Amino acid sequence: MNLEFTPEEIEFRKEVRAFIEENYPQHLRGVGAREDLSKEYMLAWHQILGKKGWSVPAWPEKYGGTGWTPTQKYIWSEENARMDTIMPLPFGVSMVGPVIYTFGSEEMKAKHLPGIRDGSVWWCQGYSEPGAGSDLASLKTTAVRDGDHYVINGQKTWTTLAQHADWGFFLCRTDPNAAKPQEGISFILADMNTPGIEVKPIKTIDGGHEVNETWLTDVRVPVENLVGKENEGWTYAKFLLAHERSGIAGVARSKRGVEKLRQIASTEVLDGKPLIKDDDFIRKIGQLEIDLTALEFTELRTLASEAAGKGPGPESSILKVKGTEIQQRLTELTLEAVGHYGHPYFRGFPEDGSNEFPIGPDYAHQAAPTYFNMRKTSIYGGSNEIQRNIITKMILGL
Amino acid sequence: MDFNFSEEQTMIRDSLARLLRDQYEFETRRKVSESESGWRPEMWQQFAELGLLAAPFSEEDGGLGGGALDSMVIMEEFGKALVVEPYIPTIVCAGGFLKHAGSPAQKEEHLTAIIGGERVFAFAYAEPRGRYDLADLETTAKKDGDGYVINGHKAVVIGAPWASHLIVTARTSGDRRDKDGISVFIVEKDAKGITTRDYPTVDGRRASEVYFENVSVPADALIGEEGKALPLIERVVDEATVAVCAEAMGAMGVAHQMTVEYSKQRKQFGVAIGKFQVLQHRMVDMFMEHEQSISMTYMATLKLDEDEETRKKAVSAAKVRIGQGGRFVGQEAVQIHGGMGMTDELAVGHYFKRLTMIDSEFGNVDHHMRRYTALTAEPVKMAAE
Repeated sequence: MNLEFTPEEIEFRKEVRAFIEENYPQHLRGVGAREDLSKEYMLAWHQILGKKGWSVPAWPEKYGGTGWTPTQKYIWSEENARMDTIMPLPFGVSMVGPVIYTFGSEEMKAKHLPGIRDGSVWWCQGYSEPGAGSDLASLKTTAVRDGDHYVINGQKTWTTLAQHADWGFFLCRTDPNAAKPQEGISFILADMNTPGIEVKPIKTIDGGHEVNETWLTDVRVPVENLVGKENEGWTYAKFLLAHERSGIAGVARSKRGVEKLRQIASTEVLDGKPLIKDDDFIRKIGQLEIDLTALEFTELRTLASEAAGKGPGPESSILKVKGTEIQQRLTELTLEAVGHYGHPYFRGFPEDGSNEFPIGPDYAHQAAPTYFNMRKTSIYGGSNEIQRNIITKMILGL
Repeated sequence: MDFNFSEEQTMIRDSLARLLRDQYEFETRRKVSESESGWRPEMWQQFAELGLLAAPFSEEDGGLGGGALDSMVIMEEFGKALVVEPYIPTIVCAGGFLKHAGSPAQKEEHLTAIIGGERVFAFAYAEPRGRYDLADLETTAKKDGDGYVINGHKAVVIGAPWASHLIVTARTSGDRRDKDGISVFIVEKDAKGITTRDYPTVDGRRASEVYFENVSVPADALIGEEGKALPLIERVVDEATVAVCAEAMGAMGVAHQMTVEYSKQRKQFGVAIGKFQVLQHRMVDMFMEHEQSISMTYMATLKLDEDEETRKKAVSAAKVRIGQGGRFVGQEAVQIHGGMGMTDELAVGHYFKRLTMIDSEFGNVDHHMRRYTALTAEPVKMAAE
C-alpha cells in the first residue's frame, strides 16, 4: 500500500496538464460549468477531447476508451478541475454509451458510439415520469409494436437539457401484463426530431432552465432502436444507474470548490478580520474538507477494487450519498460566506458581455442560485434514500 | 497508488485473526479483564511468537522490516476482538521513541527485549491539568550531576500496572506550555521515588496514576536531545493516534455487523426489526461511517512519513472522522439493540465503551479539529481570473 505516483504517472500528469493548458478554449476559461451556457459552449471541450481520443476514458479500449489506470483517471479529473473545464455531459458518455456498447447490436454501436465520442450528438435521458420518481419501475409510458416500428405514448419529466438534445433514450413499457412492474420494460432510443416529441421547459427554484417535460404522442420509432432484448430494459436501466453513480462523487471538483471557498472566506471580513480567521467558520470549512478527504479515499479504494476486476457495485452508492452531501454543503457554506450579496438576483452575466453595473463581488453572483440548484443532487440519480435502500439490500442483506 | 496489502501483511492478519478467534472470544476477554492482573502475559508471548511485536521494526533494529501499515493491520484485528494487551504503549510508543531517536545502546538494551516480548512499557505523557496539549507539562526533570531528578504526576497511564518501564515526558527547562525545554526519558517503573495508584478503566483495561518524587535517573535515560523533544513526541503520538484509529475501525466494523445480525433475529410487531426502513437507513449510515473510517485510517497511515504539516493534517483529519464515526456507530449499535444493548452481558455494549474512550485517546474531536484548522486558517489570495 502506498500513495506514491510512479514516474510514468508524474509524466502523465505533465502531459495532461500541458494538453489542457494549450487546448482549452480561451473564451471558456473562468466560465465554469453552468446550465444556461449555449450548446456550443457546452460541447466545445468534448469535441476537442474527441479529436484527441480522450473523451470517453472509462470505456473499453475497443470502443475508444483510453485504457487509463484508476490513478490516471484520478489525475485526469484533478487536472480538469484545476482549470474548471466544462466536461463532456454524462448523458452520452457515462449513461447511454456504456449501455449501447454492453447490450446493443453491432449496427447500433456503429451508428451511435462515434457521435457520443466526438461530441457531435447530444443525448438526453427519458427515465422519470410524473408518477414514477423513486419508484421508477411504475413508469407508464408505453411502446406498442406496429410492424417495423414502436409507437410510443407517455410523458417523461426532469429531462435534463433536453432542449438541446439530438437523441434520447427512453424506458417504455412494452408488456403491460408482465407479472412484476420491473418486467416488461424496454430501453428504446429515439431521434428527438421524430414527430410527436415535444419538450417543454420547467423553471427551477434557482431561476434556471435545466430540466424539461418531454411529451411523447404517437412517436414512431424503428424497431432497430430497441437496445438489447424487448422487456429486459430494467436490467440495462440499473446497469446505467450504477455507472452514473460511480462518477457522481465529484471529488476533484469539490476540492476545487473548497479552494474557492477559502479564497472567498479570506476576502470577506468579519469583526475586522478575514472570515477565514473566525473559529466558527473555519471549523465548518475544516469539517467539510475532512469529510471530503474521507470521500476521496473511499473513491480511491473503490477505483482500486474496480481495477482488480469488479465493475461498479453497490459501494458506488456511498460515493453518491457522500459526494452529493458534500457538494451541497460546499454551496451552502459559499452562500453563507458571501453574506448580504447572496441576495441580488441576476440572470445573464456581466462576463457574457451584458452592460449591467456589477452589484457585489463577482464570486457572490451565483452563490444563491448554485446553492438552490445543488439541492437536486440528493434527489437525482436515485435519491439518497434510494441509495440507502440499495445498500440495505445489496450489502447489509436485510 | 496502491491499496493492496503485502503478502506479509496478509499473513499477519490471517494468523492473528485465527489466534484471536481461538483464544480471545468475548467471554474469555471478559474473564481476563475482570481477573486480578487484567491481562494475559502468556498472550503477549504468543503475540511475540507470531512476530507481531517485531513487525513494525526494521531488520537492522531486529524487526521484520515492516512499519506503520503492519501496526495498522494488527490494531484493526485487536479492535475487532477488544484486545486489552498494551501494543500501542509498548510497540508504537516506546518502540517509536527508540526507533526514531534511541541511541544504539538504548536500542540494544530495550528494543531487543520489547521485540522478544520480555519488556512491557507504558507511555506516561498525560497530566491532570494538561489535557491534550503535549507541551503543557508540570512534571520536571532537573539536571543533577550527570543524570536528572524527576518530580511530577502523570495521569491515566494506560497499561502502567503491567509495565516494567515507563516513557516519561518532562520539562527540563522553560515554562508550562513552552515548546522548548521538553525531554523524554526511559524510567524503570520500580525506580526509587515512583508510586502508583492502579485502577481499571471503563473499557476493560488497566491504568495508573504515576507519582514521581525525586526520582533519580542516569544520563542515558534521556532519549533524543535534551529540551528539544516536542517534535519527536508529536511524531510518536501521531503514530499512536493512527494506530488507535485502526483499532476503532476494527471495533466499528464488529459493532455494525453485530447490529445488522441482531436486527435479523429480533422480532417485534411480528417481523424482524431489520425490515423497518427507519432502522435500515441508520444501519446504512453506520456502514458508511465504518467505510469512511477505513479510508481515513489508510490515508493517515500512508501519510505518516510525509512532512510535518502534511502528517499533522492527515492524522487530525482521521482522528476527527473516527471520533465522530465511532461515537455514531457505538450509540446507534446500542440503540438498535434496544434494552439488550444496555446489558453488560452482550458484547455490543463493550464495543460502544471502547469506541467512546478512543475518542479521548491522544486528543478528541475538538482537539484535532482545532489542530487541523490552525494549519489551514491562513488567508489565501483570490486566484486571478
